[in-house]
Amino acid sequence: MTVYLVRRLIQALFVVLAMSLIVFVGVYAIGDPVEILISPDADQIERERAIVALGLDLPLWQQYLVFLTNAVQGDLGRSFVFNEPALRLILQRMPATLELAFGATFLALVIGLPLGLYAGLRPNASASKTIMAGSILGFSLPTFWVGLMMIMVFAVQLGWLPSTGRGTTCSVLGFIGLQPCSSGVQWSFLTIDGLSHMVMPAVNLALFKISLVIRLTRAGVRETMLMDYVKFARAKGLSPARVTFVHVFKNIMIPVVTVVGLELGSTIAFSVVTESVFAWPGMGKLIIDSINVLDRPVIVAYLMIIVMMFITINLVVDLTYSLLDPRVRLENKGT
Amino acid sequence: MATPTLEVRNLRTHFFTRGGVVKAVDDVSFSIQRGKVLGLVGESGSGKTVTGFSILGLVDAPGRIVGGQILFQGRDLVTMSESEMRDLRGNRIAMIFQDPMMTLNPVLRVDTQMIETVLAHKKVSREEARQRARDTLGMVGIPSPDERLKSYPHQFSGGMRQRVAIAIALLHEPDLIVADEPTTALDVTIQGQILAEVQKLASTTGTALLWITHDLSVVAGLADDVAVMYAGRIVEHGAVSEVLDTPLHPYTYGLIGSVPSRNKRGEPLRQIPGMTPSLLNLPPGCAFRTRCPRAAEVCMAEPEIRELAPGRDVRCFRPMSEAAEQAA
Repeated sequence: MTVYLVRRLIQALFVVLAMSLIVFVGVYAIGDPVEILISPDADQIERERAIVALGLDLPLWQQYLVFLTNAVQGDLGRSFVFNEPALRLILQRMPATLELAFGATFLALVIGLPLGLYAGLRPNASASKTIMAGSILGFSLPTFWVGLMMIMVFAVQLGWLPSTGRGTTCSVLGFIGLQPCSSGVQWSFLTIDGLSHMVMPAVNLALFKISLVIRLTRAGVRETMLMDYVKFARAKGLSPARVTFVHVFKNIMIPVVTVVGLELGSTIAFSVVTESVFAWPGMGKLIIDSINVLDRPVIVAYLMIIVMMFITINLVVDLTYSLLDPRVRLENKGT
Repeated sequence: MATPTLEVRNLRTHFFTRGGVVKAVDDVSFSIQRGKVLGLVGESGSGKTVTGFSILGLVDAPGRIVGGQILFQGRDLVTMSESEMRDLRGNRIAMIFQDPMMTLNPVLRVDTQMIETVLAHKKVSREEARQRARDTLGMVGIPSPDERLKSYPHQFSGGMRQRVAIAIALLHEPDLIVADEPTTALDVTIQGQILAEVQKLASTTGTALLWITHDLSVVAGLADDVAVMYAGRIVEHGAVSEVLDTPLHPYTYGLIGSVPSRNKRGEPLRQIPGMTPSLLNLPPGCAFRTRCPRAAEVCMAEPEIRELAPGRDVRCFRPMSEAAEQAA
C-alpha cells in the first residue's frame, strides 16, 4: 500500500513536470505578453525595463529553469497583471469554485442515483421512460443556454433567486461562532443568502452530471439484475430491499464512482461557462481572463494545481475501488 | 403414500417474447417424496432450468407461470403471495445454481452472504448466525471455516465456491433443494465428492432433491427416479434403473446412446441427428418427430403422456420396447 502510494506520487511529479513544460512552451508560442501588458505609448526604455522586470528578456529555456527553481521553493511566480503571487490569486478563488463543484456533484448523486435505480429496476414503467427522456435533455442542452433560461425564469420573471455573485459568505469557524464570519476562508453555503445564490449555478452545473449518473446507474442496475448472484440472493429469500441496496448497489457503485470522480475534477477545473453566466467569482473566470492577457504565471500555476487535483482525485477513486471491489489489489496495478 | 414433498401438476411456464410465445415448460408433472432424489434430464433449452425457477417462483418477465400447480407439502406455490414465497425461499426450499463462479456476489464477503441468509429467516443474533454459517461450512467440507468466512468469493476455487453455495442452501436444513446442474462446471473428483455429500444429506435429513442435469451418469449414480425433458415436456419418467436399462422413448434411447462410454472404442460415436427445435416454432405433433428414427404417420398428432407399466410414464406413440408396444 505505501509502496503503491509512493509510486503514484512519483508518477504524479513527472506528470506535473511534463505539463508545466508543455504549458510554458505553449503559452510562449501563442503570443508575446509584452504586446498586451505594456502600453503601446511606452517608449523603448520603459519597454526594456518592463521586460527585464518580468523576466522576459531571458531565452525561454532559462525562463523555464528560473520558474522551476522557484517552483521547487513553493513560488509559482507572480501574475504579470495583478503583480501578486499567482498561487495566492488562485487559492483566493478556489473556495467559490470548490463549493460550486461539490454542490453540483452532491446534487448529481442525490438526484441521479435514486432516479437511475428506479429506471433500472422498472425499465418499462412510464416514469422510467420519462426519466430517461429527461436525461437526454440534460445531456444535450448547452449549459450556457440553460443557465440563461434559469436566470430569465427564476431571477427575472419569478424573482425567486438571485442571479449573480456569491451572496453573503461566512467562514467555517465563524459559522460555529468561534470568530467573526468575515475572517478566514469564505463559503457561501454556510449562509441562507449564500445558499440561495448557489442554487442556480449548482443546478446548472449538475444537470449534465445528473443525467450521466442516471444513465450509468440504470445501465449498471439492468446489467447486474441479470447476474446469477442476484437471482441467487433472491433464491436465498432476501427482501427486495436487501437485494437492491446491498447486492446490486455495491456492484454498480464502481463505474459511478469512477465517472463522478473524473466529473468532479473537470467541474472544478473547467466550470468556466457556468461561472461566467452567473458571475460566480471562481477560478474559471480567473483562468479565462489570464489566457486573454497571456498572464503566463497564472496559467501555468493554475494548470499545475489542476493536474495535481486530477491526480489526487484519480488516486482517491482507485482507493475507493479497493474498498468497493475486493478483487482490486492496488499493489499489482500501474497508474 | 405420504404427501410428497413436492408435487408438480401440469405446470406451464411460458415466455411472452416479441417473436411469439415460448412454451419453455409445457404440461410438466412429477413428484418427489421426502428424502428422494429426482433427476431431471434434458438438453440445453429443454426447459429444465425454467422448471426449477418456477418452483422457486423466480421466473422473470417476460416469463410467467400460466397454468398448473406446484404443491409443496400440500400448499400450492403458484397461488402463494410473494411474501409467503419469500419465507419459503432459502428456508424450506433452497436452490443451487449451475455456475459457482457467478452465484456468489463478488463484492460481498462470504460471511455477509451467509449471515444475511440466516437472518432472513430466523430471529437470531448475528453471532449465532455466524456460528451457524461456520458449522455449515465445516459440514460441506471447507477446511478452517472460521478464516474462510472472512474471505471474498474470488479467493475460492470453483469447487470451493460451489461448496459455499451448497452450504448456503443447507443453512436452514430445507425440505427441498433444487439443484440446477451444480456439478457441471466442476472437475470429476470434486463432482464425486459433492455428489456423495449431497446423497448422504438427502438420506439423513430427509431433504428431497430435484437434481437438474444433462449428465446421465450423474443421474445413474445419484437419483431414485428420473424424468427426461424434451422441448418443454417430460417425455419419459420412471425409476432410474428401469429408464436407463430399458428406455421406452426414442429420445431417451438416443440420449443414453450418446454417452461416449457406451460406445465401442474405434467406432464413430453415436448421436441424435439434428438439433433441439426452437421452442418458438415446434413442429406440429410430437416435438421429437423430426429427429426420431421411429417416427411414423401417427406421430403427426400430439402424443399424451401415458403409463405403460406401473411407474413408467412415456409420451410416445411408438415406444422402444416391443413388449410395451404390444401392451399399448
